[in-house]
Amino acid sequence: MSSETLSVRLRKSLPALTVEVTFEVPPGVTILFGPSGAGKSTTLSAIAGIVRPDAGRVALGDVTLYDSERAIDVPAESRRLSLVFQSLALFPHLTARQNVEYGIDRKVAASERTERASRMLERMKVAHVADRRPSTFSGGEAQRVALARAFAREPRVVLLDEAFSAMDRELRYELGREVRAMVDELRIPTLLVTHHRMEARLVGDRAVLIRDGRIEAEGPVRDVVPAPEREQQR
Amino acid sequence: MDLSPLVLSFEVAFAATLVATVLGLGIAAALAKGRVPGGDLFDGVITAPMVLPPTVLGYYVLVGFGRRSAIGRLFEAVTGTSIVFTLTGAILAATIGALPLVVMASRAALEGVDPTLVRAARTLGASPLRAFLTVELPLSLPGISAGVLLGFARSLGDFGVTLMVAGDIPGKTQTASLAIYDAIQANREEDALLMILVLTVVAVAVLYVARKLSRLPRVL
Repeated sequence: MSSETLSVRLRKSLPALTVEVTFEVPPGVTILFGPSGAGKSTTLSAIAGIVRPDAGRVALGDVTLYDSERAIDVPAESRRLSLVFQSLALFPHLTARQNVEYGIDRKVAASERTERASRMLERMKVAHVADRRPSTFSGGEAQRVALARAFAREPRVVLLDEAFSAMDRELRYELGREVRAMVDELRIPTLLVTHHRMEARLVGDRAVLIRDGRIEAEGPVRDVVPAPEREQQR
Repeated sequence: MDLSPLVLSFEVAFAATLVATVLGLGIAAALAKGRVPGGDLFDGVITAPMVLPPTVLGYYVLVGFGRRSAIGRLFEAVTGTSIVFTLTGAILAATIGALPLVVMASRAALEGVDPTLVRAARTLGASPLRAFLTVELPLSLPGISAGVLLGFARSLGDFGVTLMVAGDIPGKTQTASLAIYDAIQANREEDALLMILVLTVVAVAVLYVARKLSRLPRVL
């Protein structure tokens, strides 16, 4: 199992802002924290390879995923990472199990893929929706299936883009703990985008504070993300 | 009563729909992804057959595919027959009518697929082709099918371009719409009536199904 650090240095000009960030994601959970419009999603998409930066370098250990100077740009499908989108992006025409199977390496035998998908759905406590399509899921079930899909493919890096933001607080923390447990097991770099302080402090080891496309602070999560006063009372 | 023109019409329509579907889907996918330089102009050229007079289209086909054209000569060298005034010409004429309908419907259907789903497929290890085949295509299927049906209905009834390019040779290129014209001109209305009825029923049925399909949710 990999226990390498993801290093990110990238610049990307957007119509409203220029994102220029350099940071590292060691194995464990790093929180990418900041207000909306700060460049968090763009950063995640660039790491995943679905947005091409203007310049920079993204590497996992000594494997280069992107390097503008050396003209390296590993296509998204070959980066072996998982991105959980804010909208979850579950395939509406596939069942939960088929969604999870979709991401598992196709060199693995079909029966083994089905088996692995079923196990992961069980682990995420959504075995009961395995043969149903996403339109029938509750919000929490959809989140869990999306997490199952992300982890079942044994990724080298996991990226979560406000994956729990639509959930109520209880569920958000519960899913946060699930992610925490998976990451502790797999020992892989995980980058979680959120603007909820409590969620950040609960799930994260480290945090990177991003504002207006720049890194403002980086360090242990409790140093970077201030304790939530209002959120706790809510 | 000679029903062979009706049979020929269906043969031509099936072949033309097949060609228009394969070609149209490729064109629609390229246009939907913005991969065609000058895409809007290209789109205009592809859809022009819907508004151009058949005589103009027929002229272009004769120039482009006639016996003196490069394509026409190559085709003749390989197959031994010409494109124009043969069954191939009739299929080509019908394809030109069907293609814009397939392209327009397929493009709209493909552009309607949430791009995040395609990105998700890519991050889950799917090549662009696999993402297209397993995500975009199935989710666009109702719209594409509606376009294919419309294309079929359109190619079943082509008249002008077929007449110019394939002629009106009984038993060879005389489709139902041409045979109906001949019969009415010769005051043999009774010969035309059954074909008129069949073409009308098929057209209405196909349009009805296409309408139903285009209203289907993307996921059954």
